[in-house]
Amino acid sequence: MQAFAELLEHLIFSPRRQVKLTYLSDWLKQTPDPDRGYGLAALTGELSFKSVKAGLVRELASQVVDPDLFALSYDFVGDLAETTALVWPERDRVNIGPLLLREVVEHLQLASRPAASELVKGWLYNLPEAQRWALLKLATGGMRVGVSARMARLALADAYNTPVEQIEEIWPIISVPYTELFAWLEGKAERPNAEGRAVFRPLMLAHPLEEPDLAKMDLVEYQIEWKWDGARVQFVSAEEGVKLFSRSGDDINASFPDMILPIKWQGVLDGELLAGTPGEIGSFQDLQQRLNRKKPSAKLQETHPVFLRVYDILFDGEDDLRRLSLRKRRKHLETILPQLDTDKIDISTVVAGTNLEELNQMRDACRMGGLIEGLMLKRQDGDYKSGRIKGEWFKWKRDPLTADVVIMYAQRGHGKRSSFYSDFTFGAWRITDNTPELVPVGKAYSGFTDVELKRLDKFVRENTIQKFGPVREVAKSLVIEVAFDSLSMSKRHKSGLAMRFPRFRAIRWDKAAKEADTVETLQRLIDS
Amino acid sequence: MVVLLKGTAMDKGWIEIHDAGMYVAPADAFVDPVKPVQTALITHGHADHARAGHKHVIATPETLAIMASRYGDNFAEKTTPLPYGHSLDLQTVKIRTAPAGHVLGSAQIILEHNATRIIAAGDYKRKADPTCEPFEVVPCDIFITEATFGLPVFRHPDPASEIQKLLDAQALFPDRSIVIGAYSLGKAQRIIALLREAGWDAPIYLHGAIQPLCRLYETHGVNLGDLQSATIGERGVPQDYLKGQFIIAPPSALSAKWAQRLPDPMVVFASGWMQVRQRAKQRGVELPLILSDHADWADLLMTIEQIAPKLVWVTHGREDALIHACAQMGIPAEALSLIGYDEET
Ligand SMILES: [Zn+2]
Repeated sequence: MQAFAELLEHLIFSPRRQVKLTYLSDWLKQTPDPDRGYGLAALTGELSFKSVKAGLVRELASQVVDPDLFALSYDFVGDLAETTALVWPERDRVNIGPLLLREVVEHLQLASRPAASELVKGWLYNLPEAQRWALLKLATGGMRVGVSARMARLALADAYNTPVEQIEEIWPIISVPYTELFAWLEGKAERPNAEGRAVFRPLMLAHPLEEPDLAKMDLVEYQIEWKWDGARVQFVSAEEGVKLFSRSGDDINASFPDMILPIKWQGVLDGELLAGTPGEIGSFQDLQQRLNRKKPSAKLQETHPVFLRVYDILFDGEDDLRRLSLRKRRKHLETILPQLDTDKIDISTVVAGTNLEELNQMRDACRMGGLIEGLMLKRQDGDYKSGRIKGEWFKWKRDPLTADVVIMYAQRGHGKRSSFYSDFTFGAWRITDNTPELVPVGKAYSGFTDVELKRLDKFVRENTIQKFGPVREVAKSLVIEVAFDSLSMSKRHKSGLAMRFPRFRAIRWDKAAKEADTVETLQRLIDS
Repeated sequence: MVVLLKGTAMDKGWIEIHDAGMYVAPADAFVDPVKPVQTALITHGHADHARAGHKHVIATPETLAIMASRYGDNFAEKTTPLPYGHSLDLQTVKIRTAPAGHVLGSAQIILEHNATRIIAAGDYKRKADPTCEPFEVVPCDIFITEATFGLPVFRHPDPASEIQKLLDAQALFPDRSIVIGAYSLGKAQRIIALLREAGWDAPIYLHGAIQPLCRLYETHGVNLGDLQSATIGERGVPQDYLKGQFIIAPPSALSAKWAQRLPDPMVVFASGWMQVRQRAKQRGVELPLILSDHADWADLLMTIEQIAPKLVWVTHGREDALIHACAQMGIPAEALSLIGYDEET
């Protein structure tokens, strides 16, 4: 518990990520099993005990400290676990040796509430302050020391000189206290085997294509595909069944029961989840209806079907194809296609066209109902790597649409921006009975510089005409140019329009509000 | 404002609270006055207690030397050194000093008048400190105590274990410089001495503001080992010689440009306030050291118990909890609420 307490303090006070990582990996190397596994799980919030809650700590504190003194102390410190640890009476400790994390975890997991209360009390009497604090933090959960699951894995990679992808890949199949993981990392055992299990494999990601990149590229070396406007998913079929993972590796089976197909083929596919059917693709808004729903009704599944458009294969059965070139993987994908005998899966076609001009035209023509965002360019001789690798996969989005709109409402931002008005609702003109009226068409909170944000904030404060809780209505005088990816019809908005990912492009201090666009003009930009 | 404290069985009415501070009426003298006065009895050299501008200053020789180094040799028209254990009479009041264990030369001022003994302890601590004389327990009728750390949450750990944190950090990050924020009087010298006790013989580097008082401590027989000046050269020139070294600087220098030119500095701050983790974090401290020159909660209570006065007056700090605890011990206590003293110096 002593080393763990010291680690917690270092993690809290180290402002830099790299320093946190050093402490974390140092501790991992020096702590035996299963303590390091339990500690790691506690840090990332994967450990909790039903028998210990804040109420128990409060109760214990009230048993041993004068209530007035405790109240004054709590008032000053502001944290229950820390106050309790600090004021806990010091008396002669029984020398029972150091308290190990495994003792705490394994006892608390089995303890009833009264038993847990006695255990914690006994430990508190036998520990110095920092360890009392660490014990209470561990027992009640809620470490809040700034360690994410990703960071924990990076620390492991750092401590044992192992690529982080290799650790991430087996993460889903190992469990607390991760003894098999440490055995492998220390070279004492084989790597835990994820083969044949329905687990998420890290995705290969694309870089946005910049003009200078384009000049250096020989287009013949690239496979060109449409960039579909859906949700990137990984489709895994294994002995235990089918699993669908989001791009971040979350299991999304519950949201898409209609994609949990009864197929015999086993392996791992990379593709785009789209609304509609292969014959008739729906809009991103249609897909949104499904993405927002944790448990879709049978009716919604029927009115808003989804399907998978595949563009890559990572595994066929237990064969890892990721070391093959894209050219070979693509061939393999085409050969296994007949085995995926379902109308819920199809393949993303490869686009023919090898000169720049053609591609450019195609990219700009990508307005088929907002279903295509642009083009993907993938090196044909590259293997499947995890993460965003430079020079391998590129996304080449079509240019955004723009409009001039008027700021109507403003709201404070979050976190670092909480002292600024940084979230803006803007509107376009609609003329009814010869009277122009502004109707909201979207919200934007990015795309401006810090200096611009200060000016915008000042504008809001000086031009407020009404306050509704956190929202301020401002004088309709400031025009901004917004950029957005697409526009579609929406019944949910008064304007009948829904903008996809609007952001600031320019603040037009020079323009008068009456020069802003009308809802009518905007309607013409809707993808048909 | 004049508050006359009414005499009961003891004659305590001869201590008055004025705007300038605590006034010892029958001696016509103030203890640690916050405004210039005719006669000042100074407990110790911290700037909020030992201010400039008094005509006649009575203090220990060490405190007088500290004041002279800060304000110049002619900081008062007259100075009277009063070494520990010596006494003098000011009109009808007999005045004596005893060590307070706070910093070099810090003293409790013992006042006797009309068969009543009142002790103004000033700032004090009970933990061992290699740079000053330990606190001496002197029985009295009225004990006037500070309460800087007057809450049960303050329990200062063993200084050696705190110093070990510095050595551990140095071992783990040999390429970083470790810059320790510490008050230039007392805390800085104590940290140096503790590092020496822990076996650190290498040079310790000092910010310019720390150097004069270190020299003063050495002339008073406190050996601090090899001290060097942490000179920071041109902007952009790497100060590689400071990698893996300890640098001691006043707290105000930690956030200044000066600290940014150190090689990858790890900011350490040594103070009793570091006990509360959120406070330490708010100050942007990377390594908090809980090291204080004041009595912690347990030591405040222990001191009052050992002295066993008939009455306790609390001058500054967190009075509520201490008065509550005194009542539980059966000793009446009152707040004097003196103003003008910093939270921890
Ligand atoms: Zn002081």
